[in-house]
Amino acid sequence: MTMQQAGTQIAARTAAIIDEFKELEGPLLPILHGVQDEFGHVPQDALPVIAEALNLSRAEVHGVVTFYHDYRREPAGRHVVKLCRAEACQSMGGDALAAKLKQLLGIGFHETSADGAVTLEPVYCLGLCACAPAAMVDGEVIGRLDADRLEEIVSQVSA
Amino acid sequence: MGLITEIDYGTPASKAEKQITLTVDGRTVTVPEGTSVMRASMEAGIAIPKLCATDMVDAFGSCRLCLVEIEGRNGTPSSCTTPVVPGMVVHTQTGRLKDIRRGVMELYISDHPLDCLTCAANGDCELQDMAGAVGLRDVRYGYEGDNHVFRKHDDAANFRFMPKDESNPYFTYDPSKCIVCSRCVRACEEVQGTFALTIEGRGFDSRVSPGMHESFLASECVSCGACVQACPTATLTEKSVIEIGQPEHSVVTTCAYCGVGCSFKAEMRGEELVRMVPWKDGKANRGHSCVKGRFAYGYSTHKDRITSPMIREKITDPWREVSWEEAFAHVTAEFRRIQYQYGRTSIGGITSSRCTNEETYLVQKLIRQGFGNNNVDTCARVCHSPTGYGLGQTYGTSAGTQDFDSVEDTDVIMVIGANPSAAHPVFASRMKKRIRQGAKLIVLDPRETETVHSVHAKADVHLPLLPGTNVAVVTSLAHVIVTEGLFDEAFIRERCDWSEFEDWASFVAEERHSPEEVEKLSGVPAERIREAARLYATGGNGAIYYGLGVTEHSQGSTTVMAIANLAMATGNIGRRGVGVNPLRGQNNVQGACDMGSFPHELPGYRHISGDAVRDIYESLWGTKLDNEPGLRIPNMLDAAVDGTFKGIYIQGEDILQSDPDTKHVSAGLEAMECVVVHDLFLNETARYAHVFLPGSTFLEKDGTFTNAERRINRVRRVMTPKNGLADWEVTQKLAQTMGLAWAYAHPSEIMDEIAKTTPSFAKVSYDYLDQMGSVQWPCNEKAPEGTPIMHVDGFVRGKGKFIRTEYVATDEKTGPRFPLLLTTGRILSQYNVGAQTRRTENIVWHDEDILEIHPHDAEQRGVREGDWVRLASRSGETTLRATITEKVAPGVVYTTFHHPETQANVITTDFSDWATNCPEYKVTAVQVNPSNGPSGWQEEYEDLSRRSRQIERPLEAAE
Repeated sequence: MTMQQAGTQIAARTAAIIDEFKELEGPLLPILHGVQDEFGHVPQDALPVIAEALNLSRAEVHGVVTFYHDYRREPAGRHVVKLCRAEACQSMGGDALAAKLKQLLGIGFHETSADGAVTLEPVYCLGLCACAPAAMVDGEVIGRLDADRLEEIVSQVSA
Repeated sequence: MGLITEIDYGTPASKAEKQITLTVDGRTVTVPEGTSVMRASMEAGIAIPKLCATDMVDAFGSCRLCLVEIEGRNGTPSSCTTPVVPGMVVHTQTGRLKDIRRGVMELYISDHPLDCLTCAANGDCELQDMAGAVGLRDVRYGYEGDNHVFRKHDDAANFRFMPKDESNPYFTYDPSKCIVCSRCVRACEEVQGTFALTIEGRGFDSRVSPGMHESFLASECVSCGACVQACPTATLTEKSVIEIGQPEHSVVTTCAYCGVGCSFKAEMRGEELVRMVPWKDGKANRGHSCVKGRFAYGYSTHKDRITSPMIREKITDPWREVSWEEAFAHVTAEFRRIQYQYGRTSIGGITSSRCTNEETYLVQKLIRQGFGNNNVDTCARVCHSPTGYGLGQTYGTSAGTQDFDSVEDTDVIMVIGANPSAAHPVFASRMKKRIRQGAKLIVLDPRETETVHSVHAKADVHLPLLPGTNVAVVTSLAHVIVTEGLFDEAFIRERCDWSEFEDWASFVAEERHSPEEVEKLSGVPAERIREAARLYATGGNGAIYYGLGVTEHSQGSTTVMAIANLAMATGNIGRRGVGVNPLRGQNNVQGACDMGSFPHELPGYRHISGDAVRDIYESLWGTKLDNEPGLRIPNMLDAAVDGTFKGIYIQGEDILQSDPDTKHVSAGLEAMECVVVHDLFLNETARYAHVFLPGSTFLEKDGTFTNAERRINRVRRVMTPKNGLADWEVTQKLAQTMGLAWAYAHPSEIMDEIAKTTPSFAKVSYDYLDQMGSVQWPCNEKAPEGTPIMHVDGFVRGKGKFIRTEYVATDEKTGPRFPLLLTTGRILSQYNVGAQTRRTENIVWHDEDILEIHPHDAEQRGVREGDWVRLASRSGETTLRATITEKVAPGVVYTTFHHPETQANVITTDFSDWATNCPEYKVTAVQVNPSNGPSGWQEEYEDLSRRSRQIERPLEAAE
């Protein structure tokens, strides 16, 4: 598929999502969620389409997308591991766990493994301080992490 | 003479009536309710440190430098976001505040380069000023950590560092100097209304981003420069400042582009213009500007500018540079010879809407007094002459009824045949601001223009009418208003003649004017006409703004009257927020019309046949004036072709490019024996000239311009004329050579003569303008401070006059040979025939005229995006490239007329307004076909053009 065809297709699928949410009050965030659900990320080509439909400027849509880290600009790996780096988790050995996790996965934060299996991201508080250190794997929260649990997670997501 | 520094009050003024008194640092100050503590302090003369606040935009409260302490309140609120309350006691300088401010400044500076000495903003940097104000002496953090300042970080590339964006031709974006105060973002949104900038990311990642992390040029940016003006650091800086350095003095003057008439400070270094900064006290623009006014002044020093007078025997000869004296003597001899040979009325002249009132007055005086006839006309003939006629007939004055401030009180804005976003950008920004506050917008335009569809200010109702059906559609709006009983009976009974209204009402109520009938000829869905009429009549204050899409038609005057009828019928006249407002194309169209440039009128719109009026001038000028109107431009050209009109003095107008039916214009000029062109450049008309008198720019002379709101603004000389003489001096010296005893030492003396002889200008003088800033005419004993709103207690003519507006379809009809309708317009970055803007960097936005065509029409003709096409009408043909867009309806094509290579007016016909001869630019039946490149006419023209511009230089002997 050429780049242009891909762009046209993104525009068409985005337009369908816009139609679905356009009548909501403050439709931009729901539309962006819809786009991310559809494509796994928010493709750049979707932004002008959204801007045009909502009578916003491209800059405004760009500003919103980049403000929220949860809107991805590139596709993530098949699995997403988010490790909490906030104060409570740090005090419970989070730094060591982070180093260990990076070493096991062979990637740093904000990176995706070469085989596209996993993306590693830091997160600042999952609300699970009582069970620190904590992580989130593909949307599921996991508490009381330790080295063994980490290895288990890694073997699970690397498969 | 020094730099004019305007006080920045930090937050916008409050319009509230209720006054509130508070104490700031022991000083008592009284301000309107809703004023911020910051502004109140400034009013009391106390400047609170600030970075993210400026009075052009609303308070934001992000820089945390303007904190204050208020007795009885906890903490340290930001003064910009805290409104005043009665009896408040504010302290702006306490130990606690000093510590906080110093700490905040230290953090700012920890991510800002310390290259003040070599920085372009050195001497004009608010960050530098604030560092001084808070007493910053030390930055403890160092630059070892994360920063946006250095290209390298720990010997590796610093991923946070962004290089300069130099894409915009006029300013630079240097992200390394940005403190992310977001003033630029807010200026783009609140002042300009384009929303091209945003803050991307969050926290320490936050950066200013044009568009979606694009370059400025690729983004939605329209280069108005509001962001550059708002930037407190060197992040956004004019390239001219980077190149030249800081200005040392400034002079307030008036922009010479469109009819908005923005006031600017010309900031100078010696005789060099460093930058133009919109003046906040300018009542037309309130501190805003567009890309043309702020940046596109480079033409004044362009190499194409001619600075010596030149003459030649035949138009095929090369030009010969001569002295001013020789040029004047030559013109005098030729004009006298022609008059002796062909009669007194065989010569005439054209005044310019680009020159000052004083210069225009002198040219018409030269013709009436010196030539002894009334053969004077002006370029308003081809743009707003129907406005003069239509509004004169219905209301009694040939001018708009409001000031621009009035739009702030408008609830329903109706824009007819105008695209302010492109042609009157500063007014468009003010209009959009009001729309974002909730006003409704109705647009009548064949195209889906930028005004119909702009971010956060979309038209509520767009009537995409077929070109040429204005009268039908506007009359149909009246039909709905009358038949649905939406008219304002009390207003009509009080202000107008009720029986005339009844006659008009019965006319518009006829079934043939119903939206359903009009839909058939205009293509506008009936329901939309009804919706627009109801909205305008019942939506509160309704104001109509219209442009050349109304006037440049065979029924231009009729449409103006139809518009006037609408406003009267709904009572939308005579107070703030309402009215009928022509958007004038050129800086001084209004003034040129006021100054007696028409063949039938003396200054102040007084008919030449009036004995009393002629008496005033006859006794002052000591000559007998002809009581018959002279020739209009098209009549002069006709007479030339007939052999009875042989000489013309054209000041600052390029009739060959701007007037319709180019071939007819060239035939007329070619038949003349002495064509004198007085202009900055060898323009297209100069190809047929025998004498060229170099002109001066608005920067090089004193005078006044009158803008679309009748505002008389001062133009002030900031540099010596490159050609040696200001235009008024050229006309004066020519008149003196012709034997007239003129002795004006300064343009102020010309204005004194105008004031003495013209009742509506009676109180105007340069001293008075200096004192008042500007005034709107009428300015006389009855209205000593001028007249922002007209017809307040009654129409100037007495009773408002309703006039029947019968729709007569133009003779310019589509048929099998020419099945499409061509309409023309302007683009933001270019101005009129482009003589000025094409000679600036503005060409990066628009370097050729493009034909817009609907996909359906394009497909039928096998035209693809970017193809060369041949555009032909019964008058002529040209070629240009096409773009395919749904902005135009099927059956309609559109182009601009900014480039001489395209010569769009080769296509336009000689049809014109029935009342005023204003040409029908906006409707031409055409055909479009694919083509290989420029037409024969264009190539021939290019060739002739090159040959006719040759200048003979004395040969230097070889040594």
